[in-house]
Order: sequence, then structure tokens, then C-alpha cells
Amino acid sequence: MTTGHDTAAAPPAKEGGAAPARPSAGAPVSDQERRRRARLSRRWQRDMRWSPYAFVSPFFLLFLAFGLFPLVYTGWASLHQVELTAPTDMNWVGLRNYTRIFDDDFFWNAARNTLTIGVISTVPQLLMALGLAHILNYKLRASTFYRVVMLAPYATSIAAASLVFVLLFGRDYGMINWALGAVGIDNIDWQNDKWPSQIAVSTIVIWRWTGYNALIYLAAMQAIPQDLYESAALDGANRWQQFLHVTLPSLRPTILFTVVVSTIGASQVFGEPLLFDANKGASGGSQHQFQTLGLYLYEQGWVNQHLGRASAIAWTMFLILIVIGIVNYVISRRLRASS
Amino acid sequence: MRARKSVVLAAIATLGAGLLAGCADDGGDEGGSGSSGGEGKTTITLGLFGTMGFKEAGLYDEYMKLHPDITIKENVTERNENYYPALVNHLTTNSGLMDIQAVEVGNIAEVAQTQGAKLLDLSKYGKESDYLEWKWKQAATPDGQTIGLGTDVGPMAICYRKDLFEKAGLPTDREEVGALWAGDWEKFVDAGRDYQKNAPSGTTFMDSPGGLLQAILSSETERFYDSSGEVIYKTNPAVKAAFDLTAAAAEDGLVGNQTQFQPAWDTTIANSKFAAMSCPPWMLGYIKGKSKPDAAGKWDVAAAPKSGNWGGSFLAVPKSGKNAEEAAKLAAWLTAPEQQAKLFKVQGNFPSTPPAYEMPEVKTAKNDMTGDAPIGEIFAEAAKDAPVQVIGPKDQIIQQGLTDNGVILVAQGKSAKEAWDTAVKTIDNNLDQ
Repeated sequence: MTTGHDTAAAPPAKEGGAAPARPSAGAPVSDQERRRRARLSRRWQRDMRWSPYAFVSPFFLLFLAFGLFPLVYTGWASLHQVELTAPTDMNWVGLRNYTRIFDDDFFWNAARNTLTIGVISTVPQLLMALGLAHILNYKLRASTFYRVVMLAPYATSIAAASLVFVLLFGRDYGMINWALGAVGIDNIDWQNDKWPSQIAVSTIVIWRWTGYNALIYLAAMQAIPQDLYESAALDGANRWQQFLHVTLPSLRPTILFTVVVSTIGASQVFGEPLLFDANKGASGGSQHQFQTLGLYLYEQGWVNQHLGRASAIAWTMFLILIVIGIVNYVISRRLRASS
Repeated sequence: MRARKSVVLAAIATLGAGLLAGCADDGGDEGGSGSSGGEGKTTITLGLFGTMGFKEAGLYDEYMKLHPDITIKENVTERNENYYPALVNHLTTNSGLMDIQAVEVGNIAEVAQTQGAKLLDLSKYGKESDYLEWKWKQAATPDGQTIGLGTDVGPMAICYRKDLFEKAGLPTDREEVGALWAGDWEKFVDAGRDYQKNAPSGTTFMDSPGGLLQAILSSETERFYDSSGEVIYKTNPAVKAAFDLTAAAAEDGLVGNQTQFQPAWDTTIANSKFAAMSCPPWMLGYIKGKSKPDAAGKWDVAAAPKSGNWGGSFLAVPKSGKNAEEAAKLAAWLTAPEQQAKLFKVQGNFPSTPPAYEMPEVKTAKNDMTGDAPIGEIFAEAAKDAPVQVIGPKDQIIQQGLTDNGVILVAQGKSAKEAWDTAVKTIDNNLDQ
């Protein structure tokens, strides 16, 4: 695109300043020419002032249409009794959809499940990711191959993976129970017992995200200056001590980042429990034993068609996430201050 | 300079035109109501779910031969659980609709009661006298319009394994088997107790608690709603009796502990782990798909204690479609007795039109799994006997709650009371607006 001047290198125009045109050769400038220059200069100023907005506008327009509007509309819907079968037919109920959440056992059950599944999937996942990254950080044969392999689960579709896990975790014909049986452990009912089912759902999450987080850690580890390790080695630190005293402190910001992202991810877990349910319903097992908040929201909105209730649940989740975000922020501030 | 500029402008113009053309193309399909095909043809689109089989039975080709100016396209979603919410959305927003939309019997009441105004009255296209009375009534709106034409029905019989019955010392002739439990589900469960006394090891009398509950409930006239549209599932003694009978059967180990249509349940079919199941015609196709080859011919079909209906669908035509008139004609043709008989021959979907029962495709029908059993006659009998059931908008949610959050728990070792309480709590929360 050719526009007679290079804006990137041009000094920002001052108020009323003229465009950095080529200096005239001292020849008297005609009126017409002066007007032309003034016009160009005005246009150039407008260009300078408004172009950046035009360049970023696509994102904001899309965000308005697909982010902010749904958010506000959901908020509006959550104050009504409204069914999916007639979304325009709204009955104002004020905060009733929110107040009923307080004594909605199913909501709190889902909240507890989300928390426990979140903990038993996130903690082992990040620890394993750290370990894997540490191993891959050493010179290995075929290290690229391992890195690609680690990312493979992340690239698989949740649906396909979950279906395979459902088969593996089958009570009567599943491979895992068959393997446990071989070492003398009785069949575990991975579907219907509370903790086994949550562990099974968490396994799918762990399988999918460990490699992804390991790669993030690996990238951060590669950025740690090599001479830190060398001096540590000179001081007589073995590999484990190097990991503890060099690697971990340098990774602190990265670890914080993965913790925040995984927490948000864990609070929105949805696909895995949906597909793990033998009843192919959204109730998260016959006694809601692994129904997460995301799943409960989906069940109320799309299965039971209560748009108002589902919207209130969505907003409550949103507020909970904001609280988690603030807590995260405070903790990271503290950590940063202490380091 | 100038040359470059013009090249760039030209490029932008082409891009823009391309984008606009793209939008225009999409816009044409938006709304889904058949855009006119080429050469002055009318394209009629169908939104279907599962395996309705019109295409497989060659019905589209036949219709297009009869009407050279019509092209037919179908758009199939595999599972109704995914299809139905989308359909409701499309109906309420009046966009994205096909010319013809299929509706499952579990949803027809809700569609008729909440979306009736958006659908064409098909009573002047389909012939009421052709259809089963109860099937025709199911698609009626509160103001008496008929918004769906019945495609198929699921009249229920009991499919049983002759070899397992014999080993357990039960009769194997279908008349005698039917006589064991004629008229009463209690007798059916008693037969199950007799079976279990000498059952081949590792087998149960019936496949699953859900299957038994479904069978008992589908033979009742009133289940979850009364005729005025009130939810009565908690107070209806018939529902509680069905639940308790199923729970008792589960406690005594007469039913398997799987959920129907799950991989593990499929495995119990393949491994011949149960002797009997409630069985609409479409179930025979399912059994065949999951069985090992040596099971062919080992099944037989007996009359159920009481006739009932499980499954079946309707075709509805949204008013907003550009070709609503043509679509209604096609829907009426697809569901007419002759076509339903052909469909049964190819797909095993049982006709909802009694005149089809006299046609050779149905009358002389046999099935690989059931040897020489005259399944056409048996199912036709069941279809005529099925009650005119009161159906309501949330039938499916209530049924699912009683099954998946109810009787299955008994099979997993919980008490009947605990299972009932869990089911009721779940259902009430699901119904509460």
C-alpha cells in the first residue's frame, strides 16, 4: 500500500502541525498549493488520530456482538422466569433465580464436585508436567519426538478421548478393572461410585492437559541462563538440588500462570463429565456424583430448557471466577513482594 | 505508483466481491427453507435424527421420479438429544429450519403445545383414517390442529431367547410364553423368578431395570400427566406401582444392572447375558447389530402382558418455509401406508398406518433374529391394542429421571425408597421453572 509517507517513522504530529512534507525549494508557493497542503495535512492528522482505532475495531466489534451482548442479555434473562421454548416470553422474577441457588442442593453438589475434580485433576497434572519438562530439558535423543508426543493428547478431540476412557473405565468389561483384577483387586464401579467416578473424570483431564503444561514449563526452563546451573554445579549441587534451587525459583511466574489458567479451566470442566456419563444425560451420573457446574448449567438450560435459571447459574459462576481471579492476583502479589 | 495502486484496488475489489458472494450464498441457505435448485426445480429439505431410513429405502428417489420438478435433500443428526434442543431454538427464532422437521414422540407434546402456531396444520394433507387413532391424537395442538404426521410406531412385544428359556425350564413356544404372563406385569416378574431359579449361570431374566420400567409405563393410559395437563407422576398409583415392581425385580436380581444402549449393555447382548427384553420392532435391528452371528434365529417374540408403545416419530412442516405446501405433500406421501410398508421392509420401522398391516411387506415379514416368527402380525396386534396414552411436554425428562436417577440405583444396591426419593428430587428440580 503506497501512501506517499511512512507513518511508522514519522514523528507524531503536534496539534496544528503540518505533515513532514519535503522542504520546498524556497520557490513561492501558490495559494492553491498552500490549500492543497493544508488539506493533506488535516487529512493526515485525522488519519494519525483515528487509524489505530480502526485497526483494532474488528476485535472489539466481534467482542461486543459475541462477548458483551450475550453477557448482558444473560444477566437480563437471569432476572426472569423464561423457558427456551418461548425465549421472548419473559416473566420478571427479580432475584428469585439467585436466591433459590442458595438452597439448590444440586447446585452446591455441582460446586463441590467442580472443586474436588478441579483439585484432583490440576495438582497431579501440574506436578507431572513439571517433572516431564525437567526430564525433557536434558539432552535426550529424539527430544523433538517426545515433545510432539506430549502435545498429542491436547490435539485429540475431547469426545473421542472420553469415549475411549469410558470403555477403559467400564465396570464389567473395562480394561482397567481387568488389570486390577489380575492383581487381585475387585471390580471398581468407576461410573457409579462417587470418588472413583471423579478420579476417572480427572484422569481424562490430566491425560489431556499434562503435556500442554509441560511444554509451557519446558519453554520457560530453556530460557533459564545455563551459567546459573554451572555455578550451582561448581558449588556442589546435585541435579535434584539444582532443580529445587535454580529451576523452581526461575519458573515462579510461569507456574503462577499455569495455575491461574488451569484453575479457570477446572472451574469450567464440561465435556469430560458429559461424555463420561453412561446415561448419556447431563446429570453427571445417576446420583449427580460427578456433575460439574458447567454440566449443571447445560442441563438446566438445554435439557430442562429453563433459560432463566441457567442464566443465573452462569452469572453465579462468573462471579465465583472473578473471586478466584482476585484471590490469585493477591497471592501472586504477595509472592512477588516476598521474592 | 499508479499502476501498483490500481492493482491493489483491483485485488481489494475482487476480495470484497468474493466475500459478498460468500455471504450471499450463505444467506440463500439461511432459513433453510429450500432455495430453488437449478433448472426451475424446487428443493425440499428434511431435518431428521437417528436412522429414519427414507433415503435408504429409496423413497426420495421414487418421489423425485414421480415429481421431476422436486429435489429432496436431508440433513441428519445422529442423536435426538442433540437434535431436539436445536429444533426448539430454530422454531422459537424462526431461522435455520428445514422444510420438514422430524419430531420424536417424547417431544411431540411439547412441540404441539408450545410451537403449534409455527407449524402447518397437516390434517388436510394426511388421511386421518389411515393412521392409528392414538398416533394421530398425539400430534394434536390444544386448538385441535394436527401438526405432525406419524412416521412409525414402536408397538411392544417381549423378545426372548428360546435356548435360555429352555435351559431354565420355561416353555419356548410363543403362545405358551405369552400365556405365562398375559394381562399382568406382576405375572411377568413372577415368570422371571421362575427363570432365575434354574437360570444358566451369569444370566438374568431381563436386560435392565430401565427396559422393564419403560415397558410397564408405556402400557398405561395415564402416566405422568392427567388429561388436563397436570403433572401427576408423584401421585399416580400406576407410576409408583410400576416403579416398585421394577425395584423388586432389581432387588431380586431378575434384571441386569446396565443402562440401555450403553457399550456395556451392548456387550450383554453379544454375550447372551439375559433371556428377555421389552422389544419394539426397531429393537430387533438393534439386537442384530450387537449380536454375534450364532445368535441368529435363537430369539422369538411373544405378546407383552399389556400392549404399549415405545418410540416412533412424526414429520412436521414449519409455516415459515418457502415450500411449505410442497413439503406438506411430501410429508403426507412419506407417511402414507404404502411408503411405510416399504420402509418397514428395508428398515424395520413399524408403520403407524393400519392399512399397511394388510400389505405383504408387513403381513409376511420375518426377521433373521427371530427365525420364522410372524413378527408383522404380532406387532400389528400390539399396535392396535396400545392405549391412547395421555402424553405431556416433559414426558421424556420424567421418564429419564425415573430410569437413570431411579430404578438403576436399585440394581446398584440402593434401597427402593432411596431410589424413588432420588428420582423425585431430581425430576422436581428439572421440572421447576
